[in-house]
Amino acid sequence: MSATFLGMPGDFPKNAARAVQDSQLRYNLRKATHTIRGKRAAVVDELPDWRELRAAGKAIKDETLRHLDRYLVQLEEAVTRAGGHVHWARDAAEANRVVAGLVKATGETEVVKVKSMATQEIGLNEALAAEGITAYETDLAELIVQLGDDFPSHILVPAIHRNRAEIREIFLDRMGDAPPGLTDEPAALAEAARLHLRERFLRSKVAVSGANFMIAETGTLVVLESEGNGRMCLTLPETLISVVGIEKLLPTWRDLEVFLQLLPRSSTGERMNPYTSTWTGSAEGQDFHLVLLDNGRTDVLADEVGRQALRCIRCSACLNVCPVYERAGGHAYGSVYPGPIGAILTPQLRGMSSELDASLPYASSLCGACYDVCPVAIDIPEVLVDLRAKAPHGAAERAGMRVAGWILDDQTRLAKAQRAAGRLRRLVPRRLPGPLSAWTDTRDLPEIPEESFRDWWEREG
Amino acid sequence: MRVALFITCVNDTLFPGTGKAVVSLLRRLGCDVDFPAAQTCCGQMHVNTGYRDEGVRLARHFTEVFAGYDAVVAPSGSCAAMVREQYPKLVRPGSRGAAAIAEVAPRVHELSEFLVDVLKVEDVGAYFPHRVTYHPTCHSLRGLRLGDRPTRLLEKVRGLELVPLPAAQECCGFGGTFAVKNPAVSAAMGADKVRNVLDTGAEVLCAADNSCLMHIGGTLSRQRTGIRVMHLAEILAATDEGTRP
Amino acid sequence: MSTRHSGAREEILGRIRRAVEGAPEVEIPRGYRTTTDVADLVELFAERVRDYRAVVHVLPAAAVPAKVAELVAGRRMIVPAGLPAAWAAPAPDVDPRSADGVLTTCAVAIAETGTIVLDTGPGQGTREQTLIPDYHLCVVGAGQVVGGVPEAVARLDPARSLTWISGPSATSDIELNRVEGVHGPRTLEVIIST
Repeated sequence: MSATFLGMPGDFPKNAARAVQDSQLRYNLRKATHTIRGKRAAVVDELPDWRELRAAGKAIKDETLRHLDRYLVQLEEAVTRAGGHVHWARDAAEANRVVAGLVKATGETEVVKVKSMATQEIGLNEALAAEGITAYETDLAELIVQLGDDFPSHILVPAIHRNRAEIREIFLDRMGDAPPGLTDEPAALAEAARLHLRERFLRSKVAVSGANFMIAETGTLVVLESEGNGRMCLTLPETLISVVGIEKLLPTWRDLEVFLQLLPRSSTGERMNPYTSTWTGSAEGQDFHLVLLDNGRTDVLADEVGRQALRCIRCSACLNVCPVYERAGGHAYGSVYPGPIGAILTPQLRGMSSELDASLPYASSLCGACYDVCPVAIDIPEVLVDLRAKAPHGAAERAGMRVAGWILDDQTRLAKAQRAAGRLRRLVPRRLPGPLSAWTDTRDLPEIPEESFRDWWEREG
Repeated sequence: MRVALFITCVNDTLFPGTGKAVVSLLRRLGCDVDFPAAQTCCGQMHVNTGYRDEGVRLARHFTEVFAGYDAVVAPSGSCAAMVREQYPKLVRPGSRGAAAIAEVAPRVHELSEFLVDVLKVEDVGAYFPHRVTYHPTCHSLRGLRLGDRPTRLLEKVRGLELVPLPAAQECCGFGGTFAVKNPAVSAAMGADKVRNVLDTGAEVLCAADNSCLMHIGGTLSRQRTGIRVMHLAEILAATDEGTRP
Repeated sequence: MSTRHSGAREEILGRIRRAVEGAPEVEIPRGYRTTTDVADLVELFAERVRDYRAVVHVLPAAAVPAKVAELVAGRRMIVPAGLPAAWAAPAPDVDPRSADGVLTTCAVAIAETGTIVLDTGPGQGTREQTLIPDYHLCVVGAGQVVGGVPEAVARLDPARSLTWISGPSATSDIELNRVEGVHGPRTLEVIIST
């Protein structure tokens, strides 16, 4: 996946333990996630048919995935008919090669970018840089991340870990043309970004985007955004290159009636995001290229339980509601896809051979809040549990779980173990050794009773 | 009514008082309580930690032990949710195991569900003159969808003052082996839960799951807050005459 | 250049076919509302547009020309072809980079979400013309307002480039709070002609 995240050290528990100690980060995340939770709940509760929209959204995506081959071919035909060009990329390297080649063919060395998860996933900016092409992020949060040489920590708001004061400092240090009297008022920060990017928008000849949806029947691409940077990139440059995951399809134009209700309410907690652009093929004479990206998606599709992760429309509602994400922050997940959806998507896309990726399915208390808010009803806890069964387990843990399983297999063995524990109850130390010290570092142990329930029942039940 | 008690391995081993309270409460309400001695564990810890084979073995054992009972009552939302929500996902659709699960699972009830939906009582005749706050554990809330059943029962307890818990729906951070696999985040979540409990001014924190209470209670105890944790069954079993069955 | 024959296309399609082989077919339940039962569409639309901190005027059709004249006075406006002559004199060739604002109508408007949709049809200008100027004045006919998103999607032509506009340009990127005014028009003013 993203080159920027490859080689991330540690595993989730270690990364999270560091993040939990960062009180500024805790404060920023808590404030932001609680704000958005309230907004989302209000605009979702407002719709009397949310449940039906969610059921339809889930089914439309499942139907798309069931016949993804057919719909992709249909999309390709429609885009081509409308004057666009379609390219296929099996993996990140192939997609990056295609995009770099297309940019080079224009003779340009700069591109403007609309925030896109797919291009982050494949590390496009780094790949273009290696070819002498500079990619400029234009979404405010992406700009903050790019200027600060930072990693994104949220799907929708990549700079969620930064507060206004930190953003002001980054702008003053790195932007070059930031007004010297810049305050940390959000409106002033937005104004600084507007001025900084204005000329670039007006002179750029090539733009790179992703897409929220692609309509198979019509060949239409759809981008939802807030700031207008998307409209700038999609409309003004002579060449537009869109890199889109193959699962971002919807079969029919009509299906948008469901997703244009589900997505804005789930993501920014608005009835509608400020701007949605749709275009079909070469619009107003623009040279349009669509790069369809696999990069592990067909592996996910082959997994009967895990394939539901491909329904994801990248709304971030699961991140915003997750108590683990709120405390660990996005960087702990070591992937452009953090939070609950990242914990099921990253190990499926990248595999679980690294320590970090193998720890991701365990980055959840299985509280189920993510499933409740998911607009396409991805049963994230179900997929987490399924991935845990496939994850590599440490030898000590495996031995411990085998012994526990052996004892619990049989009532007599269980009763004997309980009696032994009862006899040794006075010997249990206040602080446990080894991995179990993780419990007693912050919590007292319950007192072990002299007699188990089953022995009491036997005696006088 | 003849009722099988599914005590759960955690309650059996660490919290026998909760089991005794369930027996006392159900007998008071006219139930004939049976304790199938062959029962052990629902398998949740194994399944949720990634040891599906062991978990499936325990699930098979559970369905054998509890086949043939009209009603199975568990003083744990989490274990009841395991049987009802997760067991069907452990077996191939159409298999013999699936049929056995389909037979048993709908008759497994968490305690408050059994009282409100099956016995159709809300006032169980309990007396508990204390200030209590209630934490609706995740698997009770989002798995079984217990809704306000537990608090309806608590509201009918004489002398009990029920105070709302801020951010009640947020996970306490226990999460089974999550508590030791991700101790830093688990402890941070527990600390926030404890702060919310302290804000209520309650003397007692109540829940329908002793595993979550073990985590929150362990934190409350370590911080020397003086707040007690009690399982819902223990409060509902309490009367003027004490709680002895 | 095209990667059409690089083998990637056939390989990806082949992998998909193997991955979904034998998977069950899916029925799509469409139990959600496809029409909206709203007593006063104009009132709801006005309220929802105002929620985005846009300025809204509800006026009888006869009063629109005077209001438009008042609002565009002193502003160098783009006035695309196809607008009623009574509103403003056509000025489709004003350079967007030096224009103060743009006057348009719309293709359809959505009451529940407070959204205006432009489809570059008559009186709506090009996508560039409605993007670059800092001020957007949009006149919406009461008959163009539909209840919900499904009714709007049904009325729109996917072959046209569409821009759905819900309030002025905004961002939630700083502490997840909405701030108006980034790259798109920072002021959106809507006249609903009844």
